[in-house]
Amino acid sequence: MEKVDEVLEKFRYAKEDLIQILLELQMLSGKNYLPQEWVEYVAKALDMPMNKVYGVMTFYGMFSTKPRGKNLIEVCKSGPCHVSGSQGIELMLEKELAIKPGETTDDGLFTLERSNCFGACDIAPAIKIGEKVYGNLTPDSLRAVIKSYREEA
Amino acid sequence: MEKINLTIDGIDISVAKGSTILQAAKEAKVDIPTLCFLQGVHEPGSCRICVVEVEGWRGLQPACVTKAEEGIVVKTSSRLVRETRRDILELILANHNRECLSCKRNQKCELQKLAEDFGIDSNYYEKKGTCVELDQSGPVVRDTSKCVLCGRCVSVCSNIQKVNAIDLAYRGPNTSVTTPYEQSLSLRSCINCGQCIKVCPVGALQERDDTEKVWKALEDPELHVVVQTAPAVRVALGEEFGLPVGTNVKGKMVTALKRLGFNKIFDTTFGADLTIMEEGTELLHRINNGGKLPLITSCSPGWVKFCEHNYSDFLDNLSSCRSPQQMFGAVAKSYYPQKAGLDANKVFVVSVMPCTAKKFEADREELKINGLKDVDAVITTRELAKMIKQAGINFNELSDSYYDELLGTSTGAGVIFANTGGVMEAALRTVADILTGEDLQTIEYHEVRGLEGTKEATVNINGMELNVAIAHGTGNAAKLLDTIREGKADYHFIEVMACPGGCINGGGQPILMDKSKTQEVNQLRAASIYSLDRTAVKRKSHDNPEIKKIYAEFLDKPGSSKAHQLLHTHYIARN
Amino acid sequence: MGNTKILSSRFGKIKPDSVEEFVAAGGYEGLKKAITMKPEEIIQEIKNAYLFGRGGAAYPTGVKWEQAYAIPLEKGPKYMICNADEGEPGTFKDRHIMAEDPLMLIEGMTIGAFIFGAKEGYIYCRGEYSGIQKILKSAIKNATEAGYLGENIMGTGLNFNIKVVSGAGAYVCGENTALVESIEGKTGRPRRKPPYIKNAGLNMMPTVLNNVETYACIPWIVKEGGETFLSVGTEFSGGTKLMCLSGNVVQRGVYEVPFGTTLRELIYGLGGGIAGGKTLKFVHLGGSSGACFPEELLDTKICYNDLRKNGLSLGSGAVLVVDDTHCVVDYLKTVMEFFEDESCGKCTPCREGNRRMVEILEKLTSGRGAKEDLERLQRLARTMRNTSFCGLGQSAPVPVTTLLKHFAAEFEAHVQGRCPSGKCSMSGVRR
Repeated sequence: MEKVDEVLEKFRYAKEDLIQILLELQMLSGKNYLPQEWVEYVAKALDMPMNKVYGVMTFYGMFSTKPRGKNLIEVCKSGPCHVSGSQGIELMLEKELAIKPGETTDDGLFTLERSNCFGACDIAPAIKIGEKVYGNLTPDSLRAVIKSYREEA
Repeated sequence: MEKINLTIDGIDISVAKGSTILQAAKEAKVDIPTLCFLQGVHEPGSCRICVVEVEGWRGLQPACVTKAEEGIVVKTSSRLVRETRRDILELILANHNRECLSCKRNQKCELQKLAEDFGIDSNYYEKKGTCVELDQSGPVVRDTSKCVLCGRCVSVCSNIQKVNAIDLAYRGPNTSVTTPYEQSLSLRSCINCGQCIKVCPVGALQERDDTEKVWKALEDPELHVVVQTAPAVRVALGEEFGLPVGTNVKGKMVTALKRLGFNKIFDTTFGADLTIMEEGTELLHRINNGGKLPLITSCSPGWVKFCEHNYSDFLDNLSSCRSPQQMFGAVAKSYYPQKAGLDANKVFVVSVMPCTAKKFEADREELKINGLKDVDAVITTRELAKMIKQAGINFNELSDSYYDELLGTSTGAGVIFANTGGVMEAALRTVADILTGEDLQTIEYHEVRGLEGTKEATVNINGMELNVAIAHGTGNAAKLLDTIREGKADYHFIEVMACPGGCINGGGQPILMDKSKTQEVNQLRAASIYSLDRTAVKRKSHDNPEIKKIYAEFLDKPGSSKAHQLLHTHYIARN
Repeated sequence: MGNTKILSSRFGKIKPDSVEEFVAAGGYEGLKKAITMKPEEIIQEIKNAYLFGRGGAAYPTGVKWEQAYAIPLEKGPKYMICNADEGEPGTFKDRHIMAEDPLMLIEGMTIGAFIFGAKEGYIYCRGEYSGIQKILKSAIKNATEAGYLGENIMGTGLNFNIKVVSGAGAYVCGENTALVESIEGKTGRPRRKPPYIKNAGLNMMPTVLNNVETYACIPWIVKEGGETFLSVGTEFSGGTKLMCLSGNVVQRGVYEVPFGTTLRELIYGLGGGIAGGKTLKFVHLGGSSGACFPEELLDTKICYNDLRKNGLSLGSGAVLVVDDTHCVVDYLKTVMEFFEDESCGKCTPCREGNRRMVEILEKLTSGRGAKEDLERLQRLARTMRNTSFCGLGQSAPVPVTTLLKHFAAEFEAHVQGRCPSGKCSMSGVRR
């Protein structure tokens, strides 16, 4: 809980920073999720009822209550990417990673998710891995991107 | 009061400034359907069933939360309004588990009534609702396949009761009312008060059905089945049979219980009188011996669990007395079999309670004596009504009967336990007599009566100034305890009941089709209780001849070691 | 087409978080001038500019600020909030401002703080822009060090700090009251109005809330004058607009164009026309909740009045170009899935309406549709528009009704079991 305490300290235990606190904790989890013990701990520390905290964390799309891969791959499914061939990208990723959206690779390296627009429409079709956005994707460039993450690991 | 004028469906009407269109329509005798709205409890304006047309305004307006303005022209039944409401209703119904015939709310369901009123006859949409959770872990059963996401339960649980067991979670098509991590209610802070059940417009929240347990016991020739009925049941059960609200059906109820086959019909008010003897003694003992004050009542199992979860620093303030239900059970399995020549192991105790939390209380491990539960099965007022109907008993035609002797004699003091302030008043009647050594004639303490959320009074008895406070609804109790925590208040004795209004408005009481009448109904039930007290032969617990007898022949005196073994308990911090 | 660059003049030319380079390129001249003016005078300039809110609702900013200014300070502190929750699909203009010239936005907010005496500002930036949040924070830090934020700004006695608050993935938080709820750390479900944000916003205190691009216009207006700003645009739509061109067009990207430019000039001129030598099928204007329309309306000017006359709205400035290889029903399903997912879940028409629209569109795209499904779409659209709690549900049906209007035959074909563009499986299989 040391990590959690540090984050709580940073935000001076302010209730209004709940979302900011959860975002940081999710990053620290290493698995792109919010462990239940952490969340229950945060609720207590902020003196907030757990039902409210759970309501918040399930409302926002970026939070996950279940462990995900080290790298979260988000494929944009919104209109601009849709007309620019995002379905092809999604299919390629499914094949390349041998998982379906919502699933995590066996090695825990990737989780594939379909996401709503993240503002990369000028380079559609786009994906987001962690904080990085990759656009104007072709089968080759996509494979290269995935390869670079595999090599880094 | 400033008035404004408006027109509703061609009717000119003048209403108080600040009224909503819904309130104005009511005054104009125009019915507008509502679903999520429950005045004073939940006013989100979110279901949109109540939309109306206001000439010149963009879109349609939710009548429940839209303030009426000077000169507006409102249409509540134009084609557009009717078609729109129908669309909304169809959208709600599309997600709804429509097994009405097997639903406990059949014919008491607000959605069913709307569907009937609107003549919904088809099922256009294909997909079922996505949130389907069935939690049967505790006394409060949640079936989200029937949930219409009105959010009333969330408001009651969070805002009124401050229990915070459930909330609206997720979003979009996954929006649901749920507990953290979808855990069962019994694993979270739920206190089983059942107030969520009372406000649910549909059958998504219900009590656990324990009638089958009772039927089985009644059918078992080996068992001697006794039943106790709580005071609040007698002034509410009649509603289930169409009798006017507040009708006292004690006599008919006893007859019905006999017809159902119970061996003995006893009265929880006996347990209540016993509680006063023990608790009154405890209060005086604490005051005289520098014990922990304020003493806080522990009759309400919803309140006790709330305290265990949220105010565990007050557990030593809780009276060590078991609740009337449990005291009754404890003596029904010791004193009674001894007197009646029965094997205590063969005595099966059933409680009829206005309460869902009593089901949890009866199951508490720490209340077992020699491995025996005080109470074997708890059914609510609603469940008893169902049993009576299932047995084909024509309730309204029944003649009156009396409770059986030994544990069936009540006093007015025991009866008023049903109302907020009642336990306090009953205790004051006994404490005052003890302190003065007299048989006082002024026994009505009106300062502790009434439906305000918290009440306080200073009562002077024989020179002793007793500061007392009463809270009903756990949210009010929380506020009261907060003032004590902050050192802003100083009381000797506090009564807390978990349900707003007390047991008369318990989670096990009849469901009102028109829930906006809750306050009115509570007042009628409470008045009926006070009228029973006024006409009672004995009105003080210590005057109950059966109470005198049990101390003389079995318990010795209040606070005796036998009394402690049978009638007291301890609490568990759950935070 | 004029060449006046109000917003993008420094794009790519300065280090985004450098106060020095910003100032060297004309930055903070608006604020410097503002502190010599009376608040009323600044507001008058903004009114003269005919600046309309750039987030989508197009409320006149000068009027909004005048109303906010009229609220006495005794009612509590006033907050300056910037809506940087750019979640409207096809929109990425605020991203460019924040990534390339964030100090322009900060300057705009600071001018506001000067007018209203606000001490605290918030930039609510969508969680997906985590990289941009870092730039913003760095720019704020640098501005504070340089004395443009913090205590006693430029010796005026004004104390103003800005905090960057991250969203966490919820489109509905672009709605003002939901955004405020989110800044308070809560679920972003819209509040009931009234009370309005201006009277009871953040922490139920008076709050001024504007979009990134709106704030970014303020320094220029103050510096050059409202009338100059207006003269760049059309009679009733002042200034320029950052348009986001995406989809099947040759040159996608953000273009700063003066009001009065036609959509055709934008798409075929600046955007280089339809990519791959294909033909335009329709344009989806203003984001997912905007109208979809075919080529005939392309000569409409980007100007609030002209657009309104044609039943269109500028929205966020998103221009999604869709070529004729695409199927309108399939596309619409994608759009409605977005709204289904992003509905906050509070009110029935939005939560259930979007969901059932998706269900109907799934039927149509899989060949199980019927004539009555098209009627049902229209009915649902009307009910959602009339009864939804907030703008999300009210405007979500716009693409439905506009596509049904302009492409009725294509919907009919799907009812007959045919997808003219061959995009839909029409296999009859239920998903």
